[in-house]
Amino acid sequence: MTARLLPCGDAAVLVEVSGAADILPLYRALTGRPPAGVVDVVPAARTVLVTTDPDVLDEAALHRWVGGVLAAHPGRGAAGAASGAVSGAVSGAVSGAVSGAVSGAVSDSVSGAASDPAADLPPRQVEIDVRYDGPDLAEVARLLGVDAAEVVRRHAGSSWTVAFTGFAPGFGYLVTDHDGLRVARRDSPRTRVPAGSVALAGEYSAVYPRSSPGGWQLIGTTDAALWDPGRDRPALLSPGDRVRFREVR
Amino acid sequence: MLTVLVPGPQTLVQDLGRPGHAALGVPPSGALDAPALRAANRLVGNRLGAPALEVLLGGLRVRASARCTVAVTGAAVPLHVGGRPVPWGAPVDLDAGDVLAVGRATGGVRCYLAVRGGLDVPPLFGSASTDLLSGLGPAPVRAGDELATGDLVDGDPGPLPGLRPAEPAAAGTPAVLQVGPGPRRELFDDEAWAALTGAAWTVTPDSNRVGLRLAGPSLHRTSGPAELPSEGLVTGAVQIPPSGQPVLFLADHPTTGGYPVLAVLARAALPVAGQLRPGAVVRFAGQG
Repeated sequence: MTARLLPCGDAAVLVEVSGAADILPLYRALTGRPPAGVVDVVPAARTVLVTTDPDVLDEAALHRWVGGVLAAHPGRGAAGAASGAVSGAVSGAVSGAVSGAVSGAVSDSVSGAASDPAADLPPRQVEIDVRYDGPDLAEVARLLGVDAAEVVRRHAGSSWTVAFTGFAPGFGYLVTDHDGLRVARRDSPRTRVPAGSVALAGEYSAVYPRSSPGGWQLIGTTDAALWDPGRDRPALLSPGDRVRFREVR
Repeated sequence: MLTVLVPGPQTLVQDLGRPGHAALGVPPSGALDAPALRAANRLVGNRLGAPALEVLLGGLRVRASARCTVAVTGAAVPLHVGGRPVPWGAPVDLDAGDVLAVGRATGGVRCYLAVRGGLDVPPLFGSASTDLLSGLGPAPVRAGDELATGDLVDGDPGPLPGLRPAEPAAAGTPAVLQVGPGPRRELFDDEAWAALTGAAWTVTPDSNRVGLRLAGPSLHRTSGPAELPSEGLVTGAVQIPPSGQPVLFLADHPTTGGYPVLAVLARAALPVAGQLRPGAVVRFAGQG
């Protein structure tokens, strides 16, 4: 797998891969049988962060282990020499590479990685009711050169998949199979984004699980509980889940 | 049981946090000065990670409802029981009805009050810690709260020779934090690194358990795309947002972020960072 190990202090390393399609295979390889001393493995858009307890696994041992995992796992996005089923999922275009990574995650999660909490959970179909009343809806429409109704049609009409989670508990980064909703973050982040805000940024859509600072474009609001520590499954969205947004008024 | 009479500016339940769930977006949280928490627990004969109170700036008053043993570590604070001074960094026996008053912190900002048995708080993801970013864990301590104790003992109370409080900052003497290069060091030129490690940074008042916001010269990266894809953050990451003013992330940090991380603190420097108050002056030292 084509990857770079980036420095991240004396108790972590950030692994950067060349393509989004490499993330979930690498994440699963790193969470399969980690050595003692690995604390967290955090997948994101182009990187996987590995943090350690350095009293158990020192920096040199961490780098040796990660290097070994990378050597044992041929890349999907960059090398293109993957097995038939996998390369079938990774078709061509940039947006295709993202959906390739996600469908890889779904099939991998059936076989089940060992210590990945999300991998134990089968992907689900989640429906989220949205009032498209966000303060940035008009601005998003302007940026995309369409009207607000078209933004709503695209958002509620797309099938979304949870590529990874992070930022805050219950925050899922959702991707879809087209780039008709791709907008930049706001120039100036809001100090407070209300809980339940449905948002867009870059290739992602997301719902803010609770009030927090944020720079995403807000297009709507939902009452869905994205995060409830009292539930068996606190996060409504786990990597690999399929999501549809339904417009309510 | 301890009854809270006066909570002070901010008193939270903290233990060693909930690392291991970052892939779900769960911050590590936990005591910002973890060695001080462990020392407080050791003094009262608890397991080292038992839940205790993290008291910001002092000003806490609690009443014991039964005989118990407590200890305070971390920030330098005067302690009184029934108006009589009692020692910092040592086991203190309270009788039923005794009131322990934690005075104003003179060195450091966070002291840790452990009670024998630990605080009995149901864990979430293996931890009783209050996480101010995600809202996990118990609400901040309020007047009237009754804090039950548990059975997380691991020996007898006893002294810890050589234990010292967080140093009061001598006027004009900056705290020095060791750093190494962060994952996006390459997006910054050597002048930016020299500015990071050469300047005196001031901790601003909007700092908290999520991070220290620092004021000083503006740092700007010299290459790279306009927006970075979000990537995993570690405790101790020194992130450079578009304003050019660094944010040093502490235990309640978001698990991912989209601004470049120029440097990362050495782990040994984290407890020092957790004891800095607004207005404190900081220098970073390290090769990058």
